[in-house]
Amino acid sequence: MKFIIAIIKPFKLDEVREALGAIGVAGMTVSEVKGFGRQKGQTEIYRGAEYSTNMLPKVKIEVAAPDDLTDQIVETIQQTASTEAIGDGKIFVLDLASAVRIRTGESGDTAL
Amino acid sequence: MGPVMGRVPNTALGRELTRTSEKGESTMIRKILCGAGALGTSLFAATAAFAQEATTAATEAAAAASAVATEAAATATETAAAAATTLIKAPDAAAMAGMVNKGDVSWMLISTVIVLMMSVPALALFYGGLVRAKNMLSVLMQVFMIASLMGIMWCVVGYSIAFTSGGDNHFFGTLDKAFLMGVDSTTFGATFSNNVYLPEIVFVVFQMTFAMITPALIVGAFAERIKFSSLLIFCVLWSLVVYYPMAHMVWYWAGPDFLADAPTDAGLLWGWGALDFAGGTVVHINAGIAGLVGCIMVGKRTGYPKEPMPPHSLVMTMIGASLLWVGWFGFNAGSNLEANAVTAVAVINTMVATCAAAVAWTLVEQLHHGKPSLLGAVTGAVAGLVAITPAAGLGAPMTSIVLGLVVSPICYLFVASIKPKLGYDDSLDVFGVHCIGGIVGAIATGIVASPALGGQGVFDYTVFPAAFDPSTYSISGQVVTQIKAVLFTLAWSGIGSAVLYFIIDKTMGLRPSVEEEQQGLDLTSHGERAYNM
Repeated sequence: MKFIIAIIKPFKLDEVREALGAIGVAGMTVSEVKGFGRQKGQTEIYRGAEYSTNMLPKVKIEVAAPDDLTDQIVETIQQTASTEAIGDGKIFVLDLASAVRIRTGESGDTAL
Repeated sequence: MGPVMGRVPNTALGRELTRTSEKGESTMIRKILCGAGALGTSLFAATAAFAQEATTAATEAAAAASAVATEAAATATETAAAAATTLIKAPDAAAMAGMVNKGDVSWMLISTVIVLMMSVPALALFYGGLVRAKNMLSVLMQVFMIASLMGIMWCVVGYSIAFTSGGDNHFFGTLDKAFLMGVDSTTFGATFSNNVYLPEIVFVVFQMTFAMITPALIVGAFAERIKFSSLLIFCVLWSLVVYYPMAHMVWYWAGPDFLADAPTDAGLLWGWGALDFAGGTVVHINAGIAGLVGCIMVGKRTGYPKEPMPPHSLVMTMIGASLLWVGWFGFNAGSNLEANAVTAVAVINTMVATCAAAVAWTLVEQLHHGKPSLLGAVTGAVAGLVAITPAAGLGAPMTSIVLGLVVSPICYLFVASIKPKLGYDDSLDVFGVHCIGGIVGAIATGIVASPALGGQGVFDYTVFPAAFDPSTYSISGQVVTQIKAVLFTLAWSGIGSAVLYFIIDKTMGLRPSVEEEQQGLDLTSHGERAYNM
């Protein structure tokens, strides 16, 4: 099992969710996050006071997947979330030791 | 029952309308009829003379015509004199009761409640949106509590200090009406027209809303870092030492039916001839300078200016500013105390000056930063409202637009350039918008009130009935008077406020601890948070 963390541009979320749904991903966790990378920040001006914000809003998607689906998921996210501009985000893949479905107590791939 | 109160002299338009509609209607009609009669007779006579081609006859006819005309004129004069004598000098309460107009009363009660709306929620939301989310409730609570406390204070002593005669003391009134003693539904207050009265209670509650919002304006200057209890004590003392006396000095006078007999029975600045239609000095300069002194004496917010402190909800700020705009019609046009043509002048001036100032601020931002911001537009609108306040019923629509266009760049300069250079932390720009905008408006009032520029001019209330002579208005003279009034207000409120801040700082302390400030005043002062999401 793998644990996939993807940081993407917020407006790409719906597209990514649909594409993942189409290849059989049954669930995911989404959070609004802030961060910075190579993309420059923005300047906000309030009554002449300038604030440059270098933390930009992003969306973090977390998906736990069986090994055989992992490559397809990563590829789908990469292709769907890309705008070919800096700031499109990153995808991280981690090994996942175990998973348990709380309702039934099932574990392993069947819990995903 | 004596006269109660006063305000800047009213205008020609208002007075003329009042007279013709209420007192002189029949006189006017008769004048017109008499005139037509005389004209008709002389035309008839002239035609007859021409037909007869007889010099003698013509002369006779002309004489006859002129006799008729003279007679008509005499009748008109007589009628006018008769109408004038129907105005009662120094009426007693029983007579005043018959001089109350239901339209005026309705308008003033509506104005009263919409001025309350300016404090809560308008000002509270306008300010609240501008602070960080952790201090949202503290600002709302400060404005709400100040408004509530000041309402009580106004009944206890405020009204009495502001609107009773001080005799030879022109700085403040007496305690004769403390606890509203002697004020009930059978007492009346003067307006700006001879023989037009309001129930005194109407005036008390209308003016109460001004006393409620003025100290609340100050909180923007030291928002996010003030101790709640100290703030309330400050506001109570400030209203006693600064606001009530200023209101007395600018707005108290004996009233149009009484001033002729007691020409010195007026507040100090009123006596100077300073014009302040709805509170440029008493409300905005007064609160604005108290804000500046306050933000300096309280000190900067922890982290200012290094830490970003962006507004947490400009949506709230926009809602607040828009409600302020609506409420301001009660503030400015209600200050005419009657529902007449001058009231309408104040409404249109308040409307267009605000439009112009919002446009001007937006343009300045577009030129300076390349982006027109919503915060800029609404700040400009408030600056325009502030600037038109002293001139509302005195200027004309087009001069009001010019005033609106002028005030925004000046306020912008203070807010965006001078404030950062001098380094004081006026969190929400109370000084830059209210004090500077108030000063621009107060001085400009001396210009736009000129009848030569379509303004309403000033009335001479030292004669009975009040007289209006537009030719006596001097722009330069009035501007000098206005500047004197501005300087006096800056000094009175600046010094008075500084003393009060100093005393409170040494006794109770003005600030919460740094930890409390960093955690946010909502949790540390009030034990709740604005958004539980």
